[in-house]
This record gives sequence, C-alpha cells and structure tokens, in this order.
Amino acid sequence: MANFYTDNNELRFQLNHPLMEKIVRLKERNFTEKGKFDFAPMDHEDAMDNFDKVLEVVGEICGDIIAPNAESIDAEGPQVVDSHVVYARGTSENIEALNKAGLMGMSLPRQYGGLNFPIVPYIMAADIVSRADAGFVNIWGLQDCAETINEYASPEQKEKYLTRVCQGDTMAMDLTEPDAGSDLQAVQLKATFDEKSGKWILNGVKRFITNGDGHISLVLARSEPGTKDGRGLSMFIYDKNDGGVTVRRIEHKMGIIGSPTCELVFKDAPAELVGSRKMGLIKYVMALMNGARLGIAAQSVGVSEAAYREALAYAKERMQFGKAIMRFPAVYEMLATMKAKLDASRTLLYETARFVDMYKTYMHISEERKLEKEERDEMKKYQKLADFFTPLGKGISSEFCNQLAYDAVQIHGGSGFMKDYPVERIYRDARITSIYEGTTQLQVVAAIRGVTTGAYLDQIRVYEAEKLSPELEHSRRQLIILTDEYEHAVNKVVAVDDNEFVDFHARRLVEMAGYIIMSYLLLLDSNRDAIFLKSAKNFLRLAKAQVRAHSEFIRTSDLSDLGTYKYEME
Amino acid sequence: MKAYKVIVLAKQVPDTRNVGKDAMKADGTINRAALPAIFNPEDLNALEQALRIKENFPGTTVTILTMGPGRAAEIIREGMFRGADDGILLTDRAFAGSDTLATSYAISQALKKVKDFDIIIAGRQAIDGDTAQVGPQVAEKLGIPQVTYVEEVQKIENGKVFLKRRLERGVEQVSCPIPMVMTVNSSAPDCRARNAKLIMKYKHAKTVTELQNSNEDYLHLYNDRPYLNISEWSVGDIEVDHAELGLSGSPTKVKTVENVVLQAKDAKVISALDNEIDDLMRELIENHTIG
Repeated sequence: MANFYTDNNELRFQLNHPLMEKIVRLKERNFTEKGKFDFAPMDHEDAMDNFDKVLEVVGEICGDIIAPNAESIDAEGPQVVDSHVVYARGTSENIEALNKAGLMGMSLPRQYGGLNFPIVPYIMAADIVSRADAGFVNIWGLQDCAETINEYASPEQKEKYLTRVCQGDTMAMDLTEPDAGSDLQAVQLKATFDEKSGKWILNGVKRFITNGDGHISLVLARSEPGTKDGRGLSMFIYDKNDGGVTVRRIEHKMGIIGSPTCELVFKDAPAELVGSRKMGLIKYVMALMNGARLGIAAQSVGVSEAAYREALAYAKERMQFGKAIMRFPAVYEMLATMKAKLDASRTLLYETARFVDMYKTYMHISEERKLEKEERDEMKKYQKLADFFTPLGKGISSEFCNQLAYDAVQIHGGSGFMKDYPVERIYRDARITSIYEGTTQLQVVAAIRGVTTGAYLDQIRVYEAEKLSPELEHSRRQLIILTDEYEHAVNKVVAVDDNEFVDFHARRLVEMAGYIIMSYLLLLDSNRDAIFLKSAKNFLRLAKAQVRAHSEFIRTSDLSDLGTYKYEME
Repeated sequence: MKAYKVIVLAKQVPDTRNVGKDAMKADGTINRAALPAIFNPEDLNALEQALRIKENFPGTTVTILTMGPGRAAEIIREGMFRGADDGILLTDRAFAGSDTLATSYAISQALKKVKDFDIIIAGRQAIDGDTAQVGPQVAEKLGIPQVTYVEEVQKIENGKVFLKRRLERGVEQVSCPIPMVMTVNSSAPDCRARNAKLIMKYKHAKTVTELQNSNEDYLHLYNDRPYLNISEWSVGDIEVDHAELGLSGSPTKVKTVENVVLQAKDAKVISALDNEIDDLMRELIENHTIG
C-alpha cells in the first residue's frame, strides 16, 4: 500500500519549480494539442496536475508491485533460453504493470502514442522506480534511447519504432565490445551495405549490453571499412523481429541482477541506418550518452533514497544499550549526512533535468520554425549548462549513492551484511552507478572543461545573485568565500600550463565546483521550503570541509610531485 | 465476435483496513471523516474481470454502477482511469439508511432502466458491511442466474460464461447462461493500475451535481466531450415503490453496537507431538479461528 511518490515531499517540491511554467509552455507549444488529443492538457495547471496524477500511479506501482518483487528478482535473475533472454518472473510482472498503466514512451510525442511529458517528470519516474528496484529501472529506463530516434531518425523510422516503444517494446543501446569499452572509437562490429536488398547487414560481437535482447536496439557499428577511429562509425536500428542476433551469455554480476547484461552475436543481422553515416559516435552516441547519464544520475538518487530510508528505519527500531541507535551521535550524524547528500544529489538532478528540458524543447521547436534570436540564445545557454551539469551530476550523485549504500549497511551492523535485509542488495546494486555510462573518472574528463572555461563559475555567480531570505545570508557569505578558494585553486592549476597537471587535479576541481553548486541549490530550495534547511546547513558544513581539503591539496601540489604517484611500465 | 455490455456494481467504502484510534464515534458508529473513502477492494477484482472481457471481446463496454452519496462519483472516475467506459451514480436522500434488501432493490430497478446488459459483475462483499448479500439479491430481483465466489472468467461461448469458482475446499468450474450476475472473490487477480492516458482523458469527468458545485474552468469541455458527463440518477429517474427504499424498505435494524477489544488472556502451551497438534487444529476449526 506504499506510494513512493506521495510519501516523498521532496519530489513534489522539485516538480513545482518555477522554471516548469516555461518548460511546460514550450513543450506544449502553448497548449495547441488540446483540440487534437483527448489527454492533452488545457493549460499549465492542467499539465502540472497531469504530471502529479501520473506520478502518483508510478509511485503506487513501485510501492505495491516493483519494490515487493525486487528481492525475488535478485535471487532468480534472468536466464538465456534458446539464445534469448527470459526475464525473472517479477521482472515480467513489473513490465506488464507499467505497460498497462501506459508508462512507456512518457516523454515521446503524442502522435506516436507518447505522453509528451517533459524530461523532469520522466526523470522523476526514473528516480521513483530506482528506489523500488535499481536493477529493474535499467529495463524500463532504456526507453530514453527512443529520444535519440526522435531526434535523429527519419519520419518513417519514428512512426515505426516510436509507436512500438509507446506500446511497451523495450530497448537497448549496443555500444560496448570486448575491446571497446570507455574507448568507443575502437568499435569493430561490421556494417556492410547489401546492394541487392538495399539493406545494411551487421556482423560481429557486442558485450555488456544491458537488456541486449530488447525489442529495438540502437547499434554502433563500423560502416566505413578500413577506418580505425570514431569517424568510421554509424548508428543503426536493429529490430528483434527481423532476427540475426543471438544472446551468447548473460553476465553473472555483483548487483542489478534482474537487468540482463548480454553478450550478443550479430550474424547477418539486417539493420536500418539512423541519420547520417559516420556520425554514429560523434553525434548520436553523445546524445544517447547524455540521456543515459542523466538516467544514471536519477538511478543514483533513487538508490540513495532507498538506502537512506532503510538505514533510518533500522536506526529507529534497533535498540542497544537501552536506546534506539539513532540516539547516538555517531549514528545520527551518519543519517543526517546521508540525508544531506541525498537532497544535494536530487536538487542537482532536477536542476540538470530542467536545463535539458529547456534546450531539447527549443531544439525540437527549431525543426518546426525558425527560432527568434532570444530563443536561440536561450537554447545555447541551456545546452551548455546541460552539457556541463550532466557529467557533474552523474559523477557526484553516483559516488554519493555508493557512500549512502555503504553507510546504510554500516548502520545495520552485522545484520546489514546478511541477505535478510534489503540493504545488502542495495549495496551491491549501488556499486555499478559510478562505473557504467562512463566511470566517475570519465565524467570528470567531460566536466573539467566546465572548470577551465569558467562555465561552472559563471553559473555559481548566477546562484550567488539570487534573492534569499535574511536568515540564509550568512550561508551565502560562506559560499562566496568558498567560491574564492575554488577560483584560486583553478587559477593555480591552470597557471602551471600542463595538461597532465590539470588531469591530475581534475577530480578535485570538479568536486569543488560540485559541492559549491549543490550547496547553493540547497540554499535556494530552503528559501522556497524550510524542509530543506537542515540538509542545506549540514551539506554546507560538509562542503566547506571538502572544498578546503581539496584546496589545501592543490595549494601544496607541484608538477614535480606527480612523479611520486607515477608507475613505470615494465 | 460478439461484444458484451458489462455492468460492474461497485461501492465506495471507508477504508477499514487502516483503522486508527478515532475510527469509531462514541456512539459506536463509523467515523467516516477519519477514514479515507476507497473503491471497495473486491469490486476492483470484479472490475478487472470486466476489463479482461473487454480486452477479449472488442466492442464490449464496461459501465460502473454505484449507489451512494455524491462523492461516490470518485470511484466511477477511478474505474474510468482503469478502463471502464462510463458510470452511473445512483444518489438520492431517499436511498439513505438502506440495508442490503433496499440497496439491491434500488440497484435492480436501476439495472432495469439500463436494460440489455449481458453480464453484471460485483465484488463478493464490501469491507464495511461484509454481508455478501447485494450481488445475489440483485440477481434474484432481476430473475437471472447468479454465480458467486468467482475467481476467473475462463471463456464466453454460445451465450454462456464459463467460470472458475474458488470455494473453501477447492475450485469448481461452472457455466452459466447470459444474462447473469457474478460476484468475484479477492483471490481473483488484482485490478490493473490506473492508466496514464485514461487519467488525463477522464480526470475532468463529473456528475451534474459536481459540475454545479465546482469552479470548473473548462465548462465547454462537457459539450465537446460527452464522455466527461457521469450519469447521475435520482429516485425520480428510476421506477420504484418508495416503501421499499431507504429506511422504510430496510427490515434490518441495528439494535446495539458495542466495542469489542480483543485480548489474549490466557496462554496454552502444547508440545510438538502429533496428537497435541491434532487436538489444537480441531479446537481452532471448531471455534472458527481457522477454516
């Protein structure tokens, strides 16, 4: 009977952010579809009410079906039968429940059967589903691959595939190969154009493919023979109905066991080219990855929520030395810090989702009509923010997620180490978040330009200038001082004028920016609702300590010090 | 393939599964204000069976019929969000105080007005009264056959429904000619969740009274989209003998209500010997604790 949406006030708060007014108006093109579809909103309030009501259904299904199924799915896992994936029983039940509730294709246009929701409520659904079962969200959440089809595929392809996604077909993105993981330029899967049938044919192997046996797959393949880098790669759609791909095995994993991670063999598998040749990696994978990274940030937040709740419930109920363990400073500090990190991750997630909404919606509008100069500038502004905030959010939230899962087990003591409590599963599930869709180290590579170009600093200054109630002024002043320290650290590293030195300190610098940004966001949230006040204060205290630690490390660091860290290759 | 006209009898009930300490008033009656009003759980099982018939026989329509106060229209919308096509709210002060006999009379008279229905599906019983009488009484009054304790509609063929009944000691498979009434158990599949598009499509659906009492921003919608108008029938809309309605039509009288606080007073220790366990089982069955 639990409802994972209505029991969480922080979600409704994020949904009702002031920027939503503009996002919804743009997304709904001033509510012009109300005459065309019986489920299109009449106005802003009507649209917001739709999001709220639909998220309530998501919360109900998560509380009543998905969360209770998580344990058996984790024990049972998927199987390979006759070269295809058979999901665990609970996984199939979850999929059926979400399909019947019409929750596939949430962000896709209505003409294909989608709900035309902005990214914010879609990401919120992903946040909620992740709390219920982190492994399952991978299968359901891969519907965001459809965004890439919606952005770059032909009208016929959109009609064919998006309609199916909205009816419940699941998706996969087939990028990784045995020798091409983080370095996708090395992809070898061969795409050859068959003149006779006029079709592309795929041959080769893909590995570590989440939901690899899904109905519709986006496949990165080498369409230009003889090439060796990313410029020879194109993006294809493989339709499972056509056949040609078999599942050789599924991986035995530490966590997210319900999500089948497949090794796929392509044998003369027919496929359709998406967009332009040679743009596979450069353009389409980048779009896919940004969407997927935002999805993992949502997953991280959802898993953090689950970890926090389990820890809190246990700490209230577990009695030692005659009192509940949450009464001990060592435990309540852990819990409050967990909550602060959770709230910080979530506010950064929705800030990023709003940026993505703004720029993607303008991008779609620009295909319908020419944008005014003001609109074009706004699109560029939000695109830049989305590009820098996505890796920042994914990187930091997934690390926080791991820290929360670790602390949640710690609070459970010995019981947390046993399979009797959900935290044991949550701990294993959390581990992947900082690895896939780009490790934290690679998120830093994507984010460091936000540091060196001053993009984060510019946005920090925007937050700095926001109106705050007088009792929050003191916190703002502290953040201004921290921002100065960040600026000094950046200047010092950049002044050395050595790329390796920047790379060496990149994570520290990105984290400093992240801590300051999240502190500001929590402060602004507290300004709208006092429920965030505690987290804002606790997080700021943590941010000060962390930023200063990094700042001190950088202050005393010299290019010549790198030698003490380096290894010689034999 | 034939399409059917399916009517689901549903009731809005106080959620007696989540009873807090202020659930009862001092006089022993239910404090409705303290309990959320919900779709009676077994009526949701009934709705699911109806929606499955609709899926299997395209063109089939599912109508929710409920009797209750004005706010009972909420469960009609709930039903529409899950796949029902429309609903009828039977509401009038004249129905107040009805026991099962008066209720089934009013409902059967409303069904006579609906006419040409094929299958009437109700939950076995409501969680407030727990009588399990209204479904069977409706069938009696309409003079059509009834099947109780249904768990599954297996097929519909040649004017007959084939049903699986869940009974105490097993299952029974029966067939029954249409038109008919069935009551569905909670062992039947749970009702599907509300559907996103249907929520957005039907959330503005209202009865005339609701529309009059609301500050509805979208009045024009009710002309453009007839499905947003939930039928509201009062006593004047159906053919009735007033003496059989409400309190006067209800032979059931509540004599007294008392608060019973269940307390375990004594404990009994038994060993794991077979005969002692047998004795305990016999005792529990005899005093109706189990079985």
